[in-house]
Amino acid sequence: MTEYLVRFLIGGVAVSAFALLGDLLRPTSFAGLFGAAPSVALASLGLAVINHGAPNTATQALAMIAGAVALFCYSILVCRLLIRGRWSALSATLTCLLVWLAVAVGLSFATGQLT
Amino acid sequence: MTPSLSFASLKDSRWHEYVMRFVLGGLVTALTGVISNHLGPAIGGLFLALPAIFCASATLIEKHEIRRKREAGLDGRRRGRQAAALDAAGAALGSLGMLAFAVCFAIVVQKHAALAFAAAFIAWAAVSLMAWWAWRRMRAGQRQSRVSQRRAKARAPHRAQAVRSDR
Repeated sequence: MTEYLVRFLIGGVAVSAFALLGDLLRPTSFAGLFGAAPSVALASLGLAVINHGAPNTATQALAMIAGAVALFCYSILVCRLLIRGRWSALSATLTCLLVWLAVAVGLSFATGQLT
Repeated sequence: MTPSLSFASLKDSRWHEYVMRFVLGGLVTALTGVISNHLGPAIGGLFLALPAIFCASATLIEKHEIRRKREAGLDGRRRGRQAAALDAAGAALGSLGMLAFAVCFAIVVQKHAALAFAAAFIAWAAVSLMAWWAWRRMRAGQRQSRVSQRRAKARAPHRAQAVRSDR
């Protein structure tokens, strides 16, 4: 339980720091870079190195590659839905989470990380 | 437009929005831990790139733009969507940086854990910045060619008229 509480606090601080930096930066497209900052990854991988060692952490980082590719597809789709489809930000970002999950899991199966 | 810092945007945010981001970030990080511990690092690792925070950021950007425009007596929904879409375009470029972060970290962590964090963070920053810079250059080029085409089209009827009047 303590591990998850520490994760919660460190993750919250890391995400808030990157989000605040994104708020301060202009133009909006540049600030958007911080929307895909590895804030959760920094906190999680840091704790994973301490608790589980390097090989386990390397496996997580390799799996993260599929997640990052899925994030690219997700962001492009959200952008299209907002401009062309005239969706609201909340509905576009939440609906596309399914696409993110499908691409991430699909890529993991395709590359043999998940069997 | 050159990247710059603007503290004026802090006035748009309410305290509960910061709390929401903190809680959301904390929950996603804790969730990643739960998934890694129960389903293995190969599945848990996927969730290191979960765009949960992006959902909150894009929604807040849209909300702030709409509020700003409404205060000026305008509808603001279109402007809100455009601002959120620009944020999404930035996130797409940032995801290339995240990809570089993951690749770099996976390679270096086997040799030196502390060095892996530094190298991966530098890779994220470098790739994100280069991707954003290249995207801006490409957009500027496209805008320039559209303007040139429009000008050429605007001149064409006048030229045709001038030729006809010469005859």
